[in-house]
Amino acid sequence: MTSRPIPLNDPDAGDDTTTPGSGHDAPERKRLTKWQLYSRRFARNRPAVAGVVIFALLVAFALFGSFFAKYDHVELDFLALSDPPSPEHWFGTNNSGNDLYAMVVVGLQRSLLIAVVVAVGTTVLSALVGTAAAYFGGRVERVSLFVIHFLMVAPTFLLLAMMSNDSGGDWKVIALVLILVSWFFQARTIWTMSLSLREREFVHAARYMGVPGLRIVLRHMIPNIGSLLVINFTLGVVGAVMAETGLSFLGFGVKLPDVSLGSLIGIGASSISSAPWLFAFPAAALTLLTVSMALIADGLRDALDPTSAAGGRA
Amino acid sequence: MTTPVLSVRDLTVSFPSEAGRVDAVRGVSFDVAAGRTLGIVGESGSGKSVTSLAVMGLLDENASIGGSVTFDGQELLGKSDAQMSKIRGNGIAMIFQDPLTSLTPVFTVGDQIVEALTVHNPKLSKRAAWDRAVELLRLVGIPRPQERVRSFPHEFSGGMRQRVVIAIAMANDPKLIIADEPTTALDVTIQAQILDLIKTAQRETGAAVMMITHDMGVVANVADDVLVMYAGRAIEQAPVDELFADTRMPYSIGLLGAIPRVDKTEKTPLVPITGAPPLLVDLPDACPFADRCPIVTPECRAAEPALVTVGGKADHRAACIRAEEIRAGRIDGGPVYPVPEVPASRFDEVPRDLREPTLEVENLTKSFPLTKGAFLKRKVGEVHAVKGVSFDVREGETMAIVGESGSGKTTTLLQIMDFAPQDDGDVRIVGTSVADLKHAREERALRRDVQIVFQDPMGSLDPRMTVFDVVAEPLRTVGTAAKDIGPRVDELLDLVGLDPAHSDRFPAAFSGGQRQRIGIARALATNPKLVVLDEPVSALDVSVQAGVINLLDELKGRLGLSYLFVAHDLSVVRHIADRVAVMYLGSFVEHGDVDEVFDDPQHPYTRALLSAIPVPDPVRERTREHIVLTGDLPSPTDTITGCAFVSRCPLYQTLDPAEQTRCETEVPALTGRDGVHVNACHYR
Repeated sequence: MTSRPIPLNDPDAGDDTTTPGSGHDAPERKRLTKWQLYSRRFARNRPAVAGVVIFALLVAFALFGSFFAKYDHVELDFLALSDPPSPEHWFGTNNSGNDLYAMVVVGLQRSLLIAVVVAVGTTVLSALVGTAAAYFGGRVERVSLFVIHFLMVAPTFLLLAMMSNDSGGDWKVIALVLILVSWFFQARTIWTMSLSLREREFVHAARYMGVPGLRIVLRHMIPNIGSLLVINFTLGVVGAVMAETGLSFLGFGVKLPDVSLGSLIGIGASSISSAPWLFAFPAAALTLLTVSMALIADGLRDALDPTSAAGGRA
Repeated sequence: MTTPVLSVRDLTVSFPSEAGRVDAVRGVSFDVAAGRTLGIVGESGSGKSVTSLAVMGLLDENASIGGSVTFDGQELLGKSDAQMSKIRGNGIAMIFQDPLTSLTPVFTVGDQIVEALTVHNPKLSKRAAWDRAVELLRLVGIPRPQERVRSFPHEFSGGMRQRVVIAIAMANDPKLIIADEPTTALDVTIQAQILDLIKTAQRETGAAVMMITHDMGVVANVADDVLVMYAGRAIEQAPVDELFADTRMPYSIGLLGAIPRVDKTEKTPLVPITGAPPLLVDLPDACPFADRCPIVTPECRAAEPALVTVGGKADHRAACIRAEEIRAGRIDGGPVYPVPEVPASRFDEVPRDLREPTLEVENLTKSFPLTKGAFLKRKVGEVHAVKGVSFDVREGETMAIVGESGSGKTTTLLQIMDFAPQDDGDVRIVGTSVADLKHAREERALRRDVQIVFQDPMGSLDPRMTVFDVVAEPLRTVGTAAKDIGPRVDELLDLVGLDPAHSDRFPAAFSGGQRQRIGIARALATNPKLVVLDEPVSALDVSVQAGVINLLDELKGRLGLSYLFVAHDLSVVRHIADRVAVMYLGSFVEHGDVDEVFDDPQHPYTRALLSAIPVPDPVRERTREHIVLTGDLPSPTDTITGCAFVSRCPLYQTLDPAEQTRCETEVPALTGRDGVHVNACHYR
């Protein structure tokens, strides 16, 4: 006996249940596509849906929160320096009199943009390069690996940090820098995983059907490392916020008057005993962001995973 | 009968799982006496391996075990791991399925045998232990044991490693040897050697043997008593002759009817058992086989039948309420299983010469460079995987290539599928030479005509795609209009006997046999003329295998397909093929019409292959002449000047020196009746 998982198939899905060619009369049956299946499975997962709700609220807060703000984030209220939360300043103020509510809204906007752009960018870039290198092999593989290995040993972070500094803390440049310094580690992992994938029979099967190489990469290779990509993406969001915070700390990141959650937390952490609200509100926003990402990622992984408890059904 | 060595009573094993408690073994009882062999047969999931592991005390900690296992007068259940360790490898020895993983790669085989010896005999001196190790290796037929004892497992072939495993099992003169599918991972010629060897080991040690297998042929070959398991229970138990001659339980009858026989000429369809084994969770109190049984009655679902004696014979027991009505696999004058019909092919009447060839292969050669050095790879030699193979496949015909692993049969097939241009030969598919393909577009057009079905039904379907997308992929690739794809997929699924309503499920929701049907549906999507099948049934259980073979037969007749079939199982080949080629070390040694080759094998290798297959008939199996080949396939890196088979050829041994020289120096060509039956031996 080979070890065999508990079969999850229906009793009605047994072997040879129908004689070939017996003709099933199902005239206009609605067939679910893959995406419908995935979204149904995702929707059944309560924590994942909660994650989507939290994320949606955060986005709404970042986009529309400024409509309710009484102050602009650069405006200084000299009558309220380092004030705790009050009806006037909902989240309190810092020692120069900036309204923290307005700063959190703007900071969240920046951080969301940077985090999502960086996470999507690194995941897509690393998935494409990693799987394509593995699938095509030969020269494509050698060149990609050479680039990856070169980037791994070169002090890329330092070089690119200098570049971003020149740009004066523009968030777009920071996002680009973060993508460029983090994609290749993931690409290397994805390449190793894809090596075994390219020897799988369904990849051969697709090739022998005449499916073009790039489409095999997109249709067969990338979905099958989906779980890894989802995890990479979630960690990427968290990592991007952290990295951006680190950059800000070194003075290379987002610069005042522009703020991000990272820079707010960095400032708030230094006054945590005297003015805890300066740390608490941005940190809460960041926590909500990462928690929602983790929940969504979990749900996505389960929905995409063919071997999950749903057992290959909707 | 003397007191049994091992006595198992009402053994139950259950595991917790997410779906509920899985009752893997549900009340199994049997005895094994010294010097006797008990064969336990069943399909995957029937609980046969769990039974053996329970006896060895090797089950997971979360398993709950009930009943009683008495070995040599001691109760084994309830013993601690430390207490069991004194018995394992000493009183009870185990031979596992996969010889590649059951030896530790970092120790020499000598170390491993010595370890088995000294752990149970601490007083044994190192010297004596090594002497005994050499002695054991000699006993299991390892040449030059004095030197080989210091070799590492990777320096041995699969068959040789299994010999070492048996040597370890024999080391302490066990009273009971448990062999769990010991030959499943091996080629037939090696299987014959190993089965002989297990018999030798039994003779030498006088041990009782528990042989677990799914192969009825192996059972007929080695067993004295047989226990057939289904859904965690013994459903029939009898001495081997009795079981094969007078089968009573419908499941056992089905198992025997489902196997193609290498010794049968007429082509009757196989009898598949429909359905799949039940889940072992919350089984109702009914016969577990009722849903698949062709002679089911309402009483079958009332209560689970007990294993009771049938036919007034004390040693034949079956768990079927209709067992008394069934005599030798027949009931009420007819067979228990209705024989399915296979439609005739429109090509049946057309003589072979008048059919169009769908595939022509001329002098196909493939060699892999052997390189040395880690950085600057330099070529030090070549491995000739395929050497000058030529054949053709005509319309409506099945051509099979058989051979042991390493013979180059899969490489041949992949070369054809890769459309690899040949330097000094040609591959023509439906008249188009692969050398003429200029653009990717032309290549894709040709791919419509040739499709492939893979061996592993798990691996060949993308787990992330629904069945609909899987079957639709070749259609989309050839640019079928979106509105035509839906109906075509439904039609294809219906054709292979699956319910099209299940097409929005993922492959994981289907059983092995169903997945292989999905693979076949995908291969048929573009209406190919030639379907290439790479061991399409070897990963399936026998009852399911029969259904897939019948399906292939039926589709061939209905759609007028040609098959190029690669297999190591000669019984399947005999059943399905019209033409067959036997491959050895990269070239054909015999090639011709299937009945010609199987009924009148010429080449000594073909003869040995055919005689090595165990036939599921104990009487025939005992009287049949077995040619057991010595040694293994030579390494393909060796340069062989003459006939490649010289090192193992039984005929060569009987020749006089002048004739032997010819074998060693001159490569034999395929000679005989062209197109009907040719073989590559100087003296046949």
